Amino acid sequence: MDKQKKEPLIHITKRKMISKKQEWAIRLGSIVIALIVCAIVTTITTHLNPIAVYASMWEGSFGTERKIWALLKELSILLMISVALAPSFKMKFWNLGGGGQTMAGVLATAACMITLADKMPSGAIMFVSFVSALCAGALWAFIPAFCKAKWNTNETLFTLMMNYVATQLVAYYIIIWESPKGSGKIGIINPNTEAGWLPVIAGKQYLLVVISAIIVTIFMYIYLRYTKHGYELSVVGESQNTAKYVGINVGKVIVRTLILTGLICGFVGWLLVAGTDHTMTTTIESGRGFLGVMVAWLAHFNPIGMVLSGLLLVFMSRGAGEISTTFGLNKSFGDILTGIILFFVIGSEFFINYQIHFRKSHRKEGADV
Amino acid sequence: MKKRLIALLVCLVMVMMPMLAACGGGGGGGEEAPAADEGGVKVGLITLHDENSTYDLNFINAFKDSMANLGISEENYMIKTNIPEGQECYDTAADLVDAGCNIIFADSFGHEAYMIQAAKEFPDVQFCHATGTKAHTENLPNYHNAFAAIYEGRYLAGVAAGMKLNEIKEAGKLKGDAPKMGYVGAFTYAEVVSGYTSFYLGAKSVCPDVVMDVTFTGSWYDETAEKEGANKLIQGGCDLISQHADSMGAPTACEEAGIPDVSYNGSTKSAAPNTYIISSRINWSPYYEFAVNAVKNGEEIPADWTGTIDTGSVELTELNEDVAAEGTAAKLDEVKAGLADGSIHVFDCNAISVEGKPLESYQADVDDMGDYAPDTEVVSDGYFHESEFRSAPYFDLNIDGINLLDTNFG
Repeated sequence: MDKQKKEPLIHITKRKMISKKQEWAIRLGSIVIALIVCAIVTTITTHLNPIAVYASMWEGSFGTERKIWALLKELSILLMISVALAPSFKMKFWNLGGGGQTMAGVLATAACMITLADKMPSGAIMFVSFVSALCAGALWAFIPAFCKAKWNTNETLFTLMMNYVATQLVAYYIIIWESPKGSGKIGIINPNTEAGWLPVIAGKQYLLVVISAIIVTIFMYIYLRYTKHGYELSVVGESQNTAKYVGINVGKVIVRTLILTGLICGFVGWLLVAGTDHTMTTTIESGRGFLGVMVAWLAHFNPIGMVLSGLLLVFMSRGAGEISTTFGLNKSFGDILTGIILFFVIGSEFFINYQIHFRKSHRKEGADV
Repeated sequence: MKKRLIALLVCLVMVMMPMLAACGGGGGGGEEAPAADEGGVKVGLITLHDENSTYDLNFINAFKDSMANLGISEENYMIKTNIPEGQECYDTAADLVDAGCNIIFADSFGHEAYMIQAAKEFPDVQFCHATGTKAHTENLPNYHNAFAAIYEGRYLAGVAAGMKLNEIKEAGKLKGDAPKMGYVGAFTYAEVVSGYTSFYLGAKSVCPDVVMDVTFTGSWYDETAEKEGANKLIQGGCDLISQHADSMGAPTACEEAGIPDVSYNGSTKSAAPNTYIISSRINWSPYYEFAVNAVKNGEEIPADWTGTIDTGSVELTELNEDVAAEGTAAKLDEVKAGLADGSIHVFDCNAISVEGKPLESYQADVDDMGDYAPDTEVVSDGYFHESEFRSAPYFDLNIDGINLLDTNFG
């Protein structure tokens, strides 16, 4: 009797080991439950058939060839930013500045394309803008990394603030280069000469971006897993003291890793301006610097896993747009569904790491939700 | 090793997916995009925000109304909301083409470049862009601009304002020596300049000694800034306020201060019953119906289309008889008839002087080539020909009697 009173209704313990199979069962289970909850919410609030809503979301992402390409482009851009952020986070350097580092690349590319338009052949502009975008992105990441390494400044705030600086710089130059005057917009850069525009491969406008994403992802996978650099940064992430003890120069690793992050983000900025959008706006990066953090976390910084977590997020956002058109629902409704699914997906991590024990049955297997 | 294999596989899938889809799309594409019913049309609309923005709501409502009037069922029109002024606009337009639309409208100025891009790629589909400036120079047979002669509506609203000022003057309640109006504008663009000048000229036509102060907020929608702007004007001695910005800032400031107000884009009577006089708005339904009918009948849509009071594109909302001066309704009917038969011109040179000199000639930047260079003589027959050489306004003169407190080009 006494013994039973002391024991709480449920208690939670950390799992020691969990098989891959179990891990994925929990993840899939959480998505299934999320879909059921979404269906209930949909039926109650909109009186629509949830299956039709899901079908429409699928249609919005995979309905036509063009939609698939648009999905792949979105996924590629998001994936590259996530992949760029992965080494920073693996090193426990909380880089919230992926957006700003991308914007630095955007600004550098637009600057080259606009100011060099009639001074250089298109190929040369492409090269110059490529180099400047990478340098700008790297610089934007280097500044907070250097301050962190030198004076142990708070990188979370620093990188966050650098986002706003970059966005404001872009806003400033948009007014300088605006066309037509007074519109507050740049419009398409070099619309007639197409100077500095990246070539279209095999007639597919977004193929170049997709190929770039594949290369960057594979590169990062190898970098993190099989190189000395990758090993060093994960040691720094686990424990800076251990790193120092084994003779790793922590400051150097931080700066080196962040420069790599910045280079890739700058590269994404270059692709956005010269490759896909051919313009510069303050919203061109559209929050991917933050979204990328989530993509990277969900995949535990495994670049290949990020393809899946990125796909989930892009699919949800494109699907949300589609249901607002098909059913006349406000886009916010799609956001609600995305929120529910993310809640369950992120929540499933808890059940992967912890086990729940109920008082009476003393079951060994973790309750799925 | 196994992991690497998986990685490779995933990447392969990523590359192959669109190609597989492309193969499937070859056969499926035809069934996918039926061009609506036989002889019918399928219509698309692209908007910058959704119905939470008054600007976009005006387009969405007009679009739905005209679809109902034309008997186009819900399956045969599509509305894409929240489309930014970037590459997404082109993607969305192309998407609508895939879905079988044969005419596509867009509502925001910044969509223009992307609509042109889509128009070049899909010559069989008509692209109609509201408020744009480039159709008459692009020379694409399937790309069109539209606007409305809203300056006529503002002129009429100005007449109502002028009559109210006369009433205040006769009652001896003017704040200063001369009747003074205040105007809250968004940006110092031609669209806004044309609007406040026509409003001023309307008031001046019935109240010759009126002057006007103008302030700019630097945003199309900023309730706080608009309210502050209106309060600044009221404190500066204005007897009446009007606006060209989208929030309720100015009308509420007027209601609190008890200053008569001419609003824009819809009646604000419910929020300001004691001060609201009248407002003017653009109704896009006539253009939507005109353009869709043109596609139905295989007729050409002009590069520039300017709606007027006659076409029903320019509307005055309800007149608040409690606030407006006596006889306003009759006077408005009289001026409306005059505008329709051409006996009254809004930008009549006799009413306009610039730096003390009468307006005899003006070269406007009609061809929006990014050079900001004046290129077209727009004054003839004794008046300034607004919205005739292209639909979007280009009147950007600073005439006597109007005093700009500040400027804001964004």
